[in-house]
Amino acid sequence: MLKHDKKKVEIKGASDMPDMAVSLGSMASNKTASWRNLRPEIDESKCIKCFICWKFCPDAAINFIDENTPPKINYDYCKGCGICAAECPTKCIEMVEE
Amino acid sequence: MVGGETMSKLTIPQEEIMSSGHLACQGCGATIAMRYMLKVFGRKTMLAVPACCWSVIDGPWPYSAVSVPLFHTAFETAAIAASGIKSGLDALGKKDINVIAWAGDGGTFDIGIQAISGAAERNDNILYIVYDNEAYMNTGIQRSSATPWGSWTTTTPVNSPKDRPKKDLVEILAAHRVPYAATASIAYPEDLVKKFEKAKNTEGFKLIHVFAPCPTGWKMPPDLTVKVARLVVQTRIFPIYEVENGVSYKLNFNPKKFVPVDEYLKLQGRFRHLKEKDYKFIQENVEYEWELLNKKVETF
Amino acid sequence: MEKVILGNHAVAYGVLVSRVQAISAYPITPQTLIVERLSEMVADGELDSVFTKVESEHSALASVIGSSSVGARVFTATSSQGLALMHEMIHWAAGARLPIVLANVNRAMAPGWTIWTDQNDSLSCRDTGWMQVYCQNNQEVLDSIIMGYKVSEQVLLPTMVCLDAFVLSHTAESVDIPDVKLVDKYLPSYKPEIKMDIDDPHSFGALSSPDNYMEFRYKMQEAMDKAEDIIIKEGKEFERIFGRKYGMVEEYRTEDAEIILIASATIASTARASIDSLRAKGIKIGLLRIRVFRPFPVKDVARVLLNKKKAIVIDRNISYGKSGIFFDEVKGAFYNIEGEKPKIFGYIAGLGGRDVTPEAISDIANDAIKKDKPEKDIIWSGVKL
Repeated sequence: MLKHDKKKVEIKGASDMPDMAVSLGSMASNKTASWRNLRPEIDESKCIKCFICWKFCPDAAINFIDENTPPKINYDYCKGCGICAAECPTKCIEMVEE
Repeated sequence: MVGGETMSKLTIPQEEIMSSGHLACQGCGATIAMRYMLKVFGRKTMLAVPACCWSVIDGPWPYSAVSVPLFHTAFETAAIAASGIKSGLDALGKKDINVIAWAGDGGTFDIGIQAISGAAERNDNILYIVYDNEAYMNTGIQRSSATPWGSWTTTTPVNSPKDRPKKDLVEILAAHRVPYAATASIAYPEDLVKKFEKAKNTEGFKLIHVFAPCPTGWKMPPDLTVKVARLVVQTRIFPIYEVENGVSYKLNFNPKKFVPVDEYLKLQGRFRHLKEKDYKFIQENVEYEWELLNKKVETF
Repeated sequence: MEKVILGNHAVAYGVLVSRVQAISAYPITPQTLIVERLSEMVADGELDSVFTKVESEHSALASVIGSSSVGARVFTATSSQGLALMHEMIHWAAGARLPIVLANVNRAMAPGWTIWTDQNDSLSCRDTGWMQVYCQNNQEVLDSIIMGYKVSEQVLLPTMVCLDAFVLSHTAESVDIPDVKLVDKYLPSYKPEIKMDIDDPHSFGALSSPDNYMEFRYKMQEAMDKAEDIIIKEGKEFERIFGRKYGMVEEYRTEDAEIILIASATIASTARASIDSLRAKGIKIGLLRIRVFRPFPVKDVARVLLNKKKAIVIDRNISYGKSGIFFDEVKGAFYNIEGEKPKIFGYIAGLGGRDVTPEAISDIANDAIKKDKPEKDIIWSGVKL
């Protein structure tokens, strides 16, 4: 499992299980979007591309594109904790109701 | 703010080795710490993880959230499992792999302290990282010896809160004369990353005590994690410093003005029952301990 | 090379010729001579292994579990209190399916403090998934370490090699220490299919729900089911290379016996003298020595005991509230088997290191011989009332 692939692991029973509890897939297959009540929305016109939001996301759910592009929220996984909005120095991230 | 060229560089490595989709609570400080650690150490790393939040965060079998080998081990064995992994790799001639014990405060300060003491005394060539959320969070917020004075937990209810100070882990390690021991906070990622780098390039037993807030256990909104991790340093409740060889102390954060402890305590439900006199008591102790620490810094 | 050595040193030589790569241990009487000799061997460069001198037995087993998980061949040794202390990790080692070999010097459990032999320490581990071998002499101790690796590395369950405190651990016997190059022909280097590997990262031992835990445990039992055949096969291969014969059990004068004495470890080796003296008096008695206790040799026990008149089990252990443990397991092995079953007598002797002499064994046998059937499940031998 070198890549974070999103495939679910299908197990029928003992005959297709390894001898010990060795992982067979990535948690990337678990989309945590449904956890949130609020979603962050970046106002790209105000974004100064400091990437502090990217830095502090506990879920690595903010994607860095390149140094000149505002980062993008990955809504498949964002749990809506609001740390990005709280830490943004220009307050350009708003937490809106889902 | 216009422009922004000066602020556009990433100050920590870019590649994600921890995936999204893990089971951490919203706003989990422990996960921010893991994310940085993996960025610094990369894929030539093996982890030993005892019973703690991360035993669950990494996901149930058959899934994992980290792209490095992770060995789940019994509660009190993080330090020795990591040591065993390292000595096994050494025996096989694979000497350039980072081996890291990754544990919560429960498995470090309490049940795991014997194994840490043993590994530290032998100077086993591992890095021990404790993400400290100041209680047994994985089992439902019970007190540990890392729980600060005055805190509510499920085993120190409001009419009988924790009445002993937080155990001083780095001092214990300093007494073992290990090459490197340090505290850090997830609110200062560049400092944390520098410490990870330093540990990566040091032989022998290293320990980094990372302050990692838990919104769930501290009864606060999840967006306050980083702010609270910053305030704990600015109030001097959790000083950020390093000790080399058990005797050379270096303060990493020493501004001229300090924030009063109230600013930190009032944000958290676990301290809501505290009275004015408790705030005073905490402030006095913080200043006393800060003075003691400064004396050590001056002495060597 | 033939040498007169203590049982503990036989363990150390077994570890040496098995090319063990990582050792971690904590001293406890009467195991200390093992760790001391191994420390010397490592320090002298005779044994190319890392040796972590840990701060407790719990850490000793946790350490070798870590080393085994990355693919090193590992070893630890302990006794009684130490084995009890590492009990949590005993479960872990088996559940993690690691081929660890542990030498346990059978010593009675405190309180009161004792350093002498009985089997309650290792038998307290019988439910954990470890294979267990009970040795009757120092040669078998050394040989069982080597065979332990050979079998464990195929079955992927750990092996506990047991030797009696003082009677073997501190008693000198003549032992052939095989040349390491000969052992290499029997025991190749350890190359696990699944291990902690940065080029193929996985998590090991993650949360396992009611949905899949049972299947992992089913697979452990499956491994135990296969272990008997592997033990027998590797025992035969051992005989081919080294000339010494080992199986699940050992029989002595059972061919025309009507009565079978069942024992293990050094009581079994002493019992041969009693068998001979009883036979000299015309009693048709034979000895069944149980060597491998886990997996339990149900087939051999049934084969030897069916259609016999009596079976007499001597236990140097007791499961309080029930009976001697070998007695209990022998009796239980029979229940569903078709055929004429002997009357089974259970005697408890030698707890806490009380000497079990040939005369004591003969007395036990004579006691059972004169009775029609056992009046109770526990008959105490040599207890002062």
